Amino acid sequence: MSQKLIEDITGREYQYGFTSDIESEAFPRGLSEDIVRMISAKKNEPEFMLEFRLKAYRHWLTLTQPVWPNVTYPDINFQNIQYYSAPKQVKKLNSLDEVDPELLRTFEKLGIPLSEQKKLANVAVDAIFDSVSVATTFKKKLFAAGVIFCPISEAVHEFPELVKKYLGSVVPHTDNYYAALNAAVFSDGSFVFVPKDTICPMELSTYFRINTEGSGQFERTLIVCEDNAHVSYLEGCTAPQFDTNQLHAAVVELVAHENAVIKYSTVQNWYAGDPKTGKGGIYNFVTKRGKCVGRKAKISWTQIETGSAITWKYPSCILIGDDSVGEFYSVALTNHRQQADTGTKMVHIGKGTRSTIISKGISAGKSNNTYRGLVQMNKSAHGAHNFTQCDSMLIGDRCSATTLPYIDVRNGTASVGHEASTLKVTEEQLFFFQQRGIRTEDAMATIINGFCQDVFKELPTEFAVEATQLLGLKLENSVG
Amino acid sequence: MLQINNLIAQIEDQTIINGLSLTINPGEVHAIMGPNGSGKSTLSKVLTGHPHYTVNGGSIQYDGQDLLEMDPEERAIAGIFLAFQYPVEIPGVNNESFIRMAYNAKRKARGESEVDAFDFAQLISEKLKLVEMDEEFLSRSVNQGFSGGEKKRNEILQMAVLEPKLAILDEIDSGLDIDALRIVAEAVNKLRTPDRSFAVITHYQRLLTYIVPDVVHIMVEGRIVRSGGRELALEVEERGYDWLTVAASAE
Ligand SMILES: Nc1ncnc2c1ncn2[C@@H]1O[C@H](COP(=O)(O)OP(=O)(O)OP(=O)(O)O)[C@@H](O)[C@H]1O
Ligand SMILES: [Mg+2]
Repeated sequence: MSQKLIEDITGREYQYGFTSDIESEAFPRGLSEDIVRMISAKKNEPEFMLEFRLKAYRHWLTLTQPVWPNVTYPDINFQNIQYYSAPKQVKKLNSLDEVDPELLRTFEKLGIPLSEQKKLANVAVDAIFDSVSVATTFKKKLFAAGVIFCPISEAVHEFPELVKKYLGSVVPHTDNYYAALNAAVFSDGSFVFVPKDTICPMELSTYFRINTEGSGQFERTLIVCEDNAHVSYLEGCTAPQFDTNQLHAAVVELVAHENAVIKYSTVQNWYAGDPKTGKGGIYNFVTKRGKCVGRKAKISWTQIETGSAITWKYPSCILIGDDSVGEFYSVALTNHRQQADTGTKMVHIGKGTRSTIISKGISAGKSNNTYRGLVQMNKSAHGAHNFTQCDSMLIGDRCSATTLPYIDVRNGTASVGHEASTLKVTEEQLFFFQQRGIRTEDAMATIINGFCQDVFKELPTEFAVEATQLLGLKLENSVG
Repeated sequence: MLQINNLIAQIEDQTIINGLSLTINPGEVHAIMGPNGSGKSTLSKVLTGHPHYTVNGGSIQYDGQDLLEMDPEERAIAGIFLAFQYPVEIPGVNNESFIRMAYNAKRKARGESEVDAFDFAQLISEKLKLVEMDEEFLSRSVNQGFSGGEKKRNEILQMAVLEPKLAILDEIDSGLDIDALRIVAEAVNKLRTPDRSFAVITHYQRLLTYIVPDVVHIMVEGRIVRSGGRELALEVEERGYDWLTVAASAE
């Protein structure tokens, strides 16, 4: 088939590739025990945090960089990364309007107004610039409702008991190479605590933005819902265009107690690198895990992965409480030279636990898109059930999609269902649209929307439209 | 309406349309017949701007414009409609929304406001009656799982909604049972107006007893080798194409 049309529509370029001219304060490149101590000191952390970091750092030293089977990239030089970079702010801010206007403008350009006058209705936003939280909206209103939503650097000071209790309880520093690294050097992230019987009154959202070249971004997010508490949280990510690849190694931990519901959504649009060479894109090695500790707890991951040069990410659920529920809804789009190896792990421990996995992989250009998922039914998981559906969509014929479902059932009463399909978007389909007067961009958006419906409907409504547009943009031709 | 002059077009190094000329005036119905592989569908694809085909010579004027300069969607919006010989399936895209998108694309291009789902539902239910299709087909994905005949009816439904100036019907009769053929033909007849033109590609003169053409063309090896009235269709049905092929190569 002729490649022209497909190339036209998949050729669109990244629109968030600008850098902002903001003075930043950064540490020298490289990692050592001194750097770890400096980070902790810089943030004035209590002793327990320094110990947490040092323990992780020492463990990290014993590990070697993992070699992931389905993605390839040159070795990362960990001594060439800057582990702390923060916008320079002279004094403590009393209100959002005191934030550097250049910073506010940056976030506005990204579609996230932070200032008091313009902030999004009914969505509280925590904005993270390089490694540091710069602003959190609706803080007071949330606090009145009993919900804590603040930078984790602040939580360490204000709620040390909660942090001590839960930090590392889901993803210990021994979990993997990047989790250890993150525990040692993380500089900020969001902390959410929803107390017993509380329904969080609005969407919570964090926007991550990398701005300084050569700086790694290691955020740490911790969300805890006590009994019968509910929260819906969304993270969004963008980065400027650089020539050198940026490392992003975040850790997200979720804890859901009895009957609690945590809904975690991600719209990831990190810079994917030069379309032709893949140079400069973000390496996204992220560990995300939720633990349903209590009975009937529910954790739901929804992710729209569109950016990054390399994505390596498996948001997972550990279903401990009886009748607890884990869900994973994912759209992963790869184009040009992008590589994504993403999926989930559902570990069933409690009786009657249920999980659902819906994964939609869209590949275009010369990209490679792998779904890797593990469903594990432990001996104790009587009557547990999983349903998995993996659909792949191929645009053009130089891309690839791989589906690797691993199933491990150790309980005879547990059941597992799996469905898979592959859809090819052909030029004949696109021509059919055109012949009816519909532009290819709109056709693409419509086809993708149809393909991803099952996942999009899980997104908070405020972001469903945004996600559709984002995917459309990713595949559109820049000359409309 | 449409003037094709000495058209030469190829696909993958192979010349398929080879010096074809054809003029269709407003309100006329032209039938195009010809053996398999003679280039009838190719002509329809070239007229609608399919990216796989390259035009190497000749010209096409449509409504006073140079058609070859226009994008496929511009041609559609300018009123050219093709009922495909093999309509494609589009999984996951709702049939009714698809037709509404097409309808609104046209309206938008004319500077008119878009029609919402509610108003469109009324509009399309009228058109459904014309092709005697069940509402159920609207809620399915475009052509997905449709039988051959249902796909053809769905094409005519789209034509009825989009109200083109020039409709090219590529073997709209193939795969239709007797009743469906009558329904589709009657629908086409109802859509005939003094300024809407049709190019009807078919292998069977039976269709032409329903949709009575003004002119019948016989296409062989990428050229019109003979044009005539209705009786020409009957003649090829009786005698086949050989005598015309011989006549053509003797030229
Ligand atoms: N992609 C292609 N590559 C090479 N040749 C092609 C291609 N597509 C079509 N052709 C050839 O072009 C010629 C004309 O095909 P076309 O579909 O226009 O014929 P047709 O007159 O519509 O035939 P039918 O009556 O069977 O529908 C055929 O010989 C066909 O094999
Ligand atoms: Mg044909």
